[in-house]
Order: sequence, then structure tokens, then C-alpha cells
Amino acid sequence: MRSALRTATDGLATGLAVLSTVLVVAPLVAIFVYIIYKGASSLNWAFFTQIPKPEGESGGGMANAIVGSAVLLGLASLIGVPIGIAAGIFLAEFGRGTKLANAVRFTADVLNGVPSIVMGVAVYALIVTPQMPFSAISGGVALGIMMIPTVTRTTEEMLLMVPHSVREAALALGVPNWRSVLSITVKTASPGIITGCMLAFARVAGETAPLIFTALGNTNWSVALNQPIAALPLEIYRYALSPYDDQHRLAWAGALVLIALIVAAVSLVRFVTSRGVLKGAS
Amino acid sequence: MPEIRISHPAIETQPSSGESRPPALPAKAEVSAIRAFLLSRGNSAFADRGFRWLMVICAFTIFGIVILIATELVERSHLAWSTFGFKFFFQAFIDPDTKLPMYWDPVNGHFSALPFVFGTLVSSFLALLLAVPLAIGVAVFLTEMCPGFLRAPLAFVTELLAAIPSVIYGMWAVFVLVPLLREHVNPTLITLLGWTGFFKDDNPTGLGFVAAGVILAIMILPIISSLTREVMNAVPGSQREAVLALGATRWEMIRVGVLRNARIGIVGAVILGLGRALGETMAVTMVIGNTPQIQKSLLANGASMASVIANEYAEASGNLHLSALTEIGLALFIVTIIVNALARLLVWAVTRGAPAQVN
Repeated sequence: MRSALRTATDGLATGLAVLSTVLVVAPLVAIFVYIIYKGASSLNWAFFTQIPKPEGESGGGMANAIVGSAVLLGLASLIGVPIGIAAGIFLAEFGRGTKLANAVRFTADVLNGVPSIVMGVAVYALIVTPQMPFSAISGGVALGIMMIPTVTRTTEEMLLMVPHSVREAALALGVPNWRSVLSITVKTASPGIITGCMLAFARVAGETAPLIFTALGNTNWSVALNQPIAALPLEIYRYALSPYDDQHRLAWAGALVLIALIVAAVSLVRFVTSRGVLKGAS
Repeated sequence: MPEIRISHPAIETQPSSGESRPPALPAKAEVSAIRAFLLSRGNSAFADRGFRWLMVICAFTIFGIVILIATELVERSHLAWSTFGFKFFFQAFIDPDTKLPMYWDPVNGHFSALPFVFGTLVSSFLALLLAVPLAIGVAVFLTEMCPGFLRAPLAFVTELLAAIPSVIYGMWAVFVLVPLLREHVNPTLITLLGWTGFFKDDNPTGLGFVAAGVILAIMILPIISSLTREVMNAVPGSQREAVLALGATRWEMIRVGVLRNARIGIVGAVILGLGRALGETMAVTMVIGNTPQIQKSLLANGASMASVIANEYAEASGNLHLSALTEIGLALFIVTIIVNALARLLVWAVTRGAPAQVN
């Protein structure tokens, strides 16, 4: 027979676990709902078509920041996606089980943990010079480096999901190894790899810290790569701390746009990894 | 050329170990017909080797990036290092007018990282204090108690929350959390715990270490709980069954069968959460108050290592200032690398057999 004390302890522990779940999930959901509510009530057409008005004036939008973010993310993807995918292919197809692969995997995890502000400092030291003080290029490089670990690890995991029989079938037909990797293995895993890239993309889309002193921000239109450029998270940061209600409104709308991008990416990853050969990858 | 010839036999003889590579060719005589057929389609050895090397180079780029970051930080912080040495992290200056300790005064060339190290440690440990019990509770609920239909949505919500950008958490904290703390929580803390000296009623803004700790706790909760869940899932079901078969209640089963086996991994998850908290920038910068001071009161304004870099780097007032900020960045880099490496090793120790996960 179980003693009453043991049964009571069991009940207490269950209660505490349920309570902590409620305590965690409720505020987190509240944050989410609050952002959507504030963002949706602030979002309008002008947000996507106009540039910010001078401080204190109402109206205006963040068109320049949206375009700026797109430019920065484009640059980042140019750096992060090819290197990340190639490193992932190395890990899954060539280096499986080797010491070198373990070292690469470990370094990627470490790079993933480097604070984004430190990445900003390093890229500032590396690229920002008196001749080119702040620029879109340096911001793009910082974001691109931050994409690499995520892309590498998801590519590796997706490739590991591809059954061996698929590779063997290709090789048995006399297909060269490189063709087999690119046209068979990578192609089979491509939905997963693409969504992994999207996930990395969405993550760096919200990064602010590495842009503060690389891309710097810009209140005017600019898409020049050697000039300071506006970015959505930077403007959110700046406007959230400003004393004007109109700028707060813009910041909430910007936050909603970022969140929408992230929800789309995360849901897509869930969707892709719950079907077909890639089932169970995430 | 000679290098390629040397590497050639090595590549051809080892493929039996890597399952993904083409099977080793048997003796030439047996397969001459097949071989001839393959060769008639063009020899792919060169392309294969080139492709392989391309992938290896990209993998090495990751090492290169980490080394490049380290050397750049060391080089740029050299001025501060040679001026202050190791004292940089614990020296204090005395203000000649007020006779109070003073740590950070870029105008007069006084630089000490002490208040920032203090701020980072205090806010991070406050965050861990709040987040760890809750995160473990959530993980226990999700792995051991949760009805099946709730598991997937809850896991999805935590995943989503881990992906929300720091600046948005910071913004929520500025507009919702800080007023809430200012109006309700801080007065309660002052009345109940004011006697300890840790909660002094001298900061009417609501900003400060408590605000930073709370928002950090909210931000690191998803990562700690999802990793804890991962290591708890890695504990074999037979452990649970064995403990239950001895007549244990569910809680006893969790305590003896699961938590005890997963504890190393849980410590790893907590350390990984600490790593995130130490380097977290935007949310902390927005609510910590950005005043380089050391106060006993947790309700006082402070500054963290990341927040001072974010605030001052773009408009640093000279080479020494820039160099001092870079040195703070270098310290942050080294600390987070150590913390992350440790955490990964601990989590790996538990989940080694289980399938890898995207975090």
C-alpha cells in the first residue's frame, strides 16, 4: 500500500509541474497576443509605402527599413547559404564519423552561441574603416556569418534523413559521386534544406545588436551598399525608446511584420519535417 | 601534383568506412567490363575530388571565422590591455569631488569593466533563479504528464517563442513589463523584503536589474525547457518502467528514474541558458537603465557588458574608449565560448544515442 504521504507528494509534484507550465505558457502567449494586437492596430498601407516622418510628426512608414532589411538579408544569404549548405554536405556526406566533422560541428555550435553583439564588434574591426565608416556590406557580412551555423546544422540533419538506398541506387547506376550528392541526396532533402535556410533567414532578420555599429541605420532612402542603410529591427529599437507615440506605433507595426516572417518560417519547418522522407528531422 | 598522387590511394582505400561513399572498387581484373563502361562515360575522379575539397574548404571556413573573430578582437583590444592589464576587470577610480568610487568615465580616460561584469552576472543569475525551476517544471509536465494532444502545440509555442527577436522582447518589456514592475511588483518587494537591503526604494523608473532579470528569464525559458525535454526524452523507457514496477508513484518515478539519469544533461541545458543570458543584448539594454554603477539594491539601474557595447560603440570618443569596449567584447566572447562548449559537452553526454535535434 502507498502511504498517504507519498500519494500527497505525488499530487503536489504534479500540481507544481502543471502550475509552472501555466505560469510559463500564459505570459508567453500573452506577449505574443499583445504584440499581434498592438501591431495589427498600428499597421496600415503607409507603413509599407512611406519613409519615416521627422520626429513629432504623425504618419509615415518604414518602407526604407523594409527595403534595407531586404538588402541586408540578401547580402547575408549570399554569404551564409552557400557556405552553410556546403559545410552541411561535408558533415553528412564526406565527414561522417570523422574527428574533423566532429570538430566542425562543435565549432558551428560554438559560433551559434557567440553573442550577436560580439559578432558586430568583430565585423566592425574587420570591415569598418575610416574610408567606409558604416555600410550595408558590413551589416550583411555580420548577418551572413550568423546564418552559417544554423544552415549547416539543418542541412546536415536533413541529409542524414535521406535513406542510404537512395544514394546506393544512384551510385549503382554509375553516377559520379558529386552528381549523386547534388542531384539525388541534396535534391531529396531540398525541402528541408530550403526551410532550414528560411529559419536562419528569419532568425537573422530580427537581429539588432550586430547592426547597430555596422549598418547603423538611415532615415532616408538608401540602397547603396557602401552607405549606412536602414533595417527593420534597428528602427524598432530606435522608435521603441523614442518619446513619441507615433514612433511607438511604427515600432509595433514593425514588430508585427518581423513576427509574421518568423511564424511563417517556423511553421514551414514544422510542416516540411512532418512529412515524407524528412519526417522526424526537427 | 605530388600531393594529389599521395592522397589518391588514401581516398580509394578507405571508402568502406563511410557508408555514403561509393563502395570500393574490387580488383581490376574482375570488373574490367564495368570499369570500361564507367570510364567510357568520363572519368569522374577529378570532379569527385574537386567537389569533396570544395565542401571541405567550406567546412574549414567555419574554423576560419571563429579564428578571425578572435584575432580581430585581440588586436583591437590591445591598447586597453597594454594600458590597464588585467586590472581592467576589477579596478575602481575615486572621484576627486565626491570621494565615491567611479568606474567608467570615457571623457577623463577612466575605464573599468567591473560594473558591467557585475551587471551581467547579477542579471543573468537573477534570470536563472527565476527560469530554471519553471523550465524544469515545464519539461517534466511535457515529457511525463502531458496528454498527447497538448504536446505538439505546446512544443510549437515554445519553439516559436525561442525565435522571437530580442528587440521585440525588449520592446514588450519597455511598454508592459516595466510599468507593471513599477506600479505593482517593486512596491511589494520593497515592503516585504526591503529589510534585506536588496530592494531599496530609490529608483522610480522601474528599470534596473530586476526588470532585466525578468525579461532574460522569459527569453531563456524556452531554450532551457526544450533542451531539458530533449535529455529527459533520451532516458530509456525501461528506466521508468523499472521504477514503476517497484511500486513507485509517478513523482518518485520521475525523480528516481528520469531526473537522476538526466541530471548532467539538465545542468548542461541550464549552462546553455546562462550562455544565452550572458550575451543577450537588446532586451537588456532597453530595460537595465544603462548606468555604470555597483549597487546592493537589485532595483537600482545598472549596465551589462553587452549593453555598454551596444550603447557606446558607434560613438566611442577615442581609441582607448573603443579599445576598452572591444576588450569587454573579447571577454564576453571567451566566456560564452567556454560556457557553450561546456554545456554542449554535458548535453551530448546524455543524448549521445538519441537523434540530433535542431535547436
